[in-house]
Amino acid sequence: MRFILRRLGFYLIAFWASITLNFLLPRFMPGDPVSRMFARTQGKMQPEQIDALRKLLGVDDRPIWEQYIDYLHNIVTGNMGISISRFPTPVTEVISSQIGWTLLLGGTALVIAAVVGNLLGILAAWRRGGVIDSALPPVLVFIGSFPYFWLAMGALYLFGVVLGWFPIRHAFTDGLEPAFTWEFIGDVGAHLVLPALTIVLVSIGGWMLGMRNTMIATNSEDYITMAEAKGLRPGRIMLRYAARNAMLPSVTSFGMGLGFVVGGALLTEVVFAYPGVGYQLLNAVQGLDYPLMQGLFLTITAAVLLANFLVDILYVRLDPRVRSN
Amino acid sequence: MTTAILKQPTQPTAVRKPNRSFVHGLITNKKALVGMIVMLVFIVLALLAPILFPGDPSRITAMASLEPSPEHWLGTTAKGQDVLALTVHGSRSSLFVGLTVGFASTFIGILVGLASAYFGKFIDEALSLVTNVFLLLPGLPLLVILAAFLPPGLGTVILVLIVTGWAGSARVLRSQALSIRSKDFVAAAVVSGERAGRIMFREILPNMASIVMGTLLACVIYGIGAQAGLEFLGLGDVSTVSWGNNLFWAGNEGALLTGSWWVFVPSGVCIALVAFALALINYAVDEVTNPRLRKIKAPKITERSAAK
Repeated sequence: MRFILRRLGFYLIAFWASITLNFLLPRFMPGDPVSRMFARTQGKMQPEQIDALRKLLGVDDRPIWEQYIDYLHNIVTGNMGISISRFPTPVTEVISSQIGWTLLLGGTALVIAAVVGNLLGILAAWRRGGVIDSALPPVLVFIGSFPYFWLAMGALYLFGVVLGWFPIRHAFTDGLEPAFTWEFIGDVGAHLVLPALTIVLVSIGGWMLGMRNTMIATNSEDYITMAEAKGLRPGRIMLRYAARNAMLPSVTSFGMGLGFVVGGALLTEVVFAYPGVGYQLLNAVQGLDYPLMQGLFLTITAAVLLANFLVDILYVRLDPRVRSN
Repeated sequence: MTTAILKQPTQPTAVRKPNRSFVHGLITNKKALVGMIVMLVFIVLALLAPILFPGDPSRITAMASLEPSPEHWLGTTAKGQDVLALTVHGSRSSLFVGLTVGFASTFIGILVGLASAYFGKFIDEALSLVTNVFLLLPGLPLLVILAAFLPPGLGTVILVLIVTGWAGSARVLRSQALSIRSKDFVAAAVVSGERAGRIMFREILPNMASIVMGTLLACVIYGIGAQAGLEFLGLGDVSTVSWGNNLFWAGNEGALLTGSWWVFVPSGVCIALVAFALALINYAVDEVTNPRLRKIKAPKITERSAAK
């Protein structure tokens, strides 16, 4: 319990640090974002927009600590300002309408990649020099070497444009009403296949090799020899004795992966025009929508922190050494 | 050589042996050899680019969207630039950024990781906090945000990639250093009154050489990949010729939609080959330094023991 509380305090400090960074970033960057933005929209901005923007970017004339307290207050009360490109929608509303798609895409890809990758790693380590162990890693590492967006565009071109098997953009067909009907769910599934598959393809090698290498280390432990001597079934030794003790690094990777799901799928979302937070972030940058940019960035940061905290709790359950320390 | 060892099987040779067998193991390892040859080819190409393709590679030299031919081995882009010249010149920027980012972020990672693990307590807490804060700022979104505020340029790209890249290596190196820190020989060094710097760099660091090497290679791969990703999003320095920018222009000019695959394929394959070569070397380092990962060659061992 003490451990958990300590970690919680730690994450709160980390969150405070990232808020502060977010606050300082626009204030210490060269150039004046407001005038850049004003020039771009060619004076079409409404006075309220300019006012909101000045406040957010600290171009107002109040002392900086007063602005800072104001900023902290706004974040705590969940007020992230008004989106410029989608004026007058609040930033929080824009984000909440899109984070679901990111979680769906990233979560699906992460779970599939982690489960399949770890299983392959277990099998590869268990049968050293077998087909899985010798043929698969080089292939997966080679695939993983390609720039992700390059593979995604290749897949989009091949399966979407040339063969026409899968839809090439967005999360569901235009004009279809989001509802819990089989038709809509099936449509969402069809749109999910290509983006998720490309992420899995690229990331599965890392899972497999990580698991394989840790498990090779556990395989030579005395308790494995002991289990073999007892005459336990090989399957039981493999999963309950060797793999179970080799899982810990994978749990850490999963926690980090969970955090990156929110922000890391940016390239996927851009290539497939998938309406998640990453795609929105690039749009916000291109549209110079600073409030939305900052809101998205804070959301991603919060998600990473939360994921890490959850992994810490899980770690206490899994590893007794953490509890005693 | 063998006779010398037989005559004098004394300590000095035994001490130097691990170092030599590491290099020897790396050279005789097939994976490492393939990886190093591929890397060498790319480095030579990058160095010779101005001689092989003199002049500005992005100048227009021929008709637009020509298929590969003896005159233009990899065809031309939608603007009429020679794709081969662009690809060869692109290796310069990509390798330079990758290596710079790789070495810089590994170096920071070593410093932070070792200090964190050795001093522990408050320093560990503070450094871990900084590391984690940087780790949580997920790479690409941060790159995108910074690109929105900073003036675009190669320096910005390198700086931003180091800022987002060092934390990962620091975390890996810290956890490895932490496990070595708890070993008895480190406790012995502390008790015998060795200086902190000596313990960190002479006792702990050599024992994690393979992880440092792996981290360095991973950081270089990260640097090359992240630069390409950033440029593909149009957030790099669009005026330079690099693999990422080549792909950005290919996407911008609709190379895939018009079916000119030869514009799109070369730069992607080059990035993949470099990353794969580095991954192979990384893999080989793991195998050489971790005997458990080596291929089991049962017959050979019996042969050798029989010969003895």
